[in-house]
Amino acid sequence: MRQLMEGSEAIAAAMVAAGCRFFAGYPMTPFTEILEHMAKRLPDVGGVCMNAESELEAVGMAWGAAVTGTLAATGSTGQGLSLMQESIAEAAMARLPLVVFNMARAQGDYWQATRGGGHGDYRTPVLAPMDVPEAVELTQLAFHLAATWRNPVLVLGDYYVAHTSQSVDVQPLDFGPPPDLSWALDGSSGGSGRAKLVSPLGTQKQRDDVGYDLSEHYLACAAATSAMLAGIEPRAEVALCDDADIVVVAHGTPGRYIRAAVRVLREQGIQAGYVRPITLLPFPSGAVARAAEGAKVVAVYENNQGQMVDDVRLAVLGRTPVTFIGGLSLDSSGFGIAPDLDVTILRDRIAGALP
Amino acid sequence: MTDLPVRYLPTDRAPDRPARLVDDFTPALIDVGAHHLCPGCGEPIAMRSVVEVISELDVVQRAIAVFGIGCYTAFSNNLDIEVCQALHGRAPSVATGIKRAKPDTVVVGIQGDGDMVNEGLQEVLHTAARGESVTCIMLNNGVFGETGGHLTATTVLGQRTKNTLEGRDAEKHGYPILVSNLLAQLEGAAYVARGAVNTAGNVSRTKRMITRAFETQLERKGFSFVEILTMCPTGWFIETEEAPSYLDHNLAAVHVGGVLKDW
Amino acid sequence: MIVRGTVVIDVDACKGCDLCIDACPPHVLEMTVHEVNSRGYRYPRLLAGCTGCKACSQICPDFVFQVYKYDEPLEIPA
Repeated sequence: MRQLMEGSEAIAAAMVAAGCRFFAGYPMTPFTEILEHMAKRLPDVGGVCMNAESELEAVGMAWGAAVTGTLAATGSTGQGLSLMQESIAEAAMARLPLVVFNMARAQGDYWQATRGGGHGDYRTPVLAPMDVPEAVELTQLAFHLAATWRNPVLVLGDYYVAHTSQSVDVQPLDFGPPPDLSWALDGSSGGSGRAKLVSPLGTQKQRDDVGYDLSEHYLACAAATSAMLAGIEPRAEVALCDDADIVVVAHGTPGRYIRAAVRVLREQGIQAGYVRPITLLPFPSGAVARAAEGAKVVAVYENNQGQMVDDVRLAVLGRTPVTFIGGLSLDSSGFGIAPDLDVTILRDRIAGALP
Repeated sequence: MTDLPVRYLPTDRAPDRPARLVDDFTPALIDVGAHHLCPGCGEPIAMRSVVEVISELDVVQRAIAVFGIGCYTAFSNNLDIEVCQALHGRAPSVATGIKRAKPDTVVVGIQGDGDMVNEGLQEVLHTAARGESVTCIMLNNGVFGETGGHLTATTVLGQRTKNTLEGRDAEKHGYPILVSNLLAQLEGAAYVARGAVNTAGNVSRTKRMITRAFETQLERKGFSFVEILTMCPTGWFIETEEAPSYLDHNLAAVHVGGVLKDW
Repeated sequence: MIVRGTVVIDVDACKGCDLCIDACPPHVLEMTVHEVNSRGYRYPRLLAGCTGCKACSQICPDFVFQVYKYDEPLEIPA
């Protein structure tokens, strides 16, 4: 049944629909309402929502719940994600399914999300919804990917996704047979001679005089990461690029405005097209490269000083000039309310990039 | 094999007179007795007591141990109970997540003083304040052992460590935190005790504390905590046989043993 | 002298820490002086008078001891 729902509430409903039964969070704008809605909804379905005393403890609690095979999530905004980085990096080494929401302020957290803000050579898939209905779908996809690949998955939203109300029908999506959770802990394998271990340092219990072998473990994790990156289909929305002179690349909320601006430009006789990455990792390099073929220029719009533009340049690899038409666009709150998000302003910005 | 003087008894095989085994080499739940912790380290002694209590209370198939990072991490992949390895300082929040998600498990955290009182003080305070139904164990040797013997928040005044070579000085390095005393003040903490493993008598007393702590969890009375003073002759720069009395005269004089709170 | 128990000592497991020597209430453990095990550590040897109290096995960090209590105590000349 379709309902008018604020993004935060729709995301919470999507989490519950996906089977999430543990959430821990710490209030911070614009993430706070997701915590509020989970605190309301989870007890009704037999789940647990913890008001963690810090972001660090929130990700720790979610780690613990995830270890038991419970679908678990946490979240914050960029600053809170900064506090969680060690745990996210190590959760990847522990092969833990964990969904982490960054309801970001503007788009300056792209590198934090995609380059791995933590230490070590890990990767976290990143999903970037542009609006509330897409957030509902990608939230559920995030839990499926996390459990399938036993890896943390980031959902990168923003103030607009969290606080815009749109008409949605939150239904559980079918992703096929449930992933294997036989590695999870519940105490019952104790005393069997094969008691289970979940550790970022290794997966083997000691049977002789060898402790953890971190070389063996990190190499195995690297192999699992490669399999994950190969196994996740990169996603992007691509339109009007076949005959485009200018191809605009933008993700998240700005992507909606770029779509509209491109359509206005087409009405005015300008051959514009767009690529809107939906998975930021794995980045849809193939789609960007194909869209760039035959174009005179690729213009990248993002609300930061230029982060995703690097991935676009790597995808295009010099075959078409790439220009950055983004920049910091903020109001005095710093929450990411962007004066740039105006179809006319962006239309002119794009037109100005045509050679 | 050298010939033993007549006064030494054979100890290389089980007795040929009728006898019962009262203590085996390793407790059933420790997989491999050989480890690389230093001679005279108190941590394996404490680990033995913890797993013996888990066996005696018959919760082997409900137990999940959450380990922090320190020398004792060597036991995280050496126990025949389910183990979740956490990050430095983070065991209490991880233990909270496990217990809240699976309330029928028996969750025990194992952390050192550096892990719990330096890196993770807020975690254990919050977990205790919330009255989480978990049992946290702190192995306190007054140093960061694994990095070579450095100052922690529990190091006592005058104690020599690698980065307080003249001894801990209140003016330069501040005062030790007596974490059991802090926790005992929190309403959510139902059982708080401080023991030691430097003498056989203390090992026995401490084992009773560990048992009572687990009972606190099983009876859902609230947060339970046992601080266990352990020897670290390497980190204390002394001979192994001096460590038990060093513990008594230095650590235990400040971190005073006993049951601080019971229900 | 009444002897109530005995121990089996895993000599090669010992790391020569000496904790058992002071822990033993009847003082029936003595460290070797010159002999060392395969890892180079001195190790304990047993004199008469063990009570099977398991103080040694409980205090030992290296799981060196197996402790037995005799069904019938043994009387030996002092």
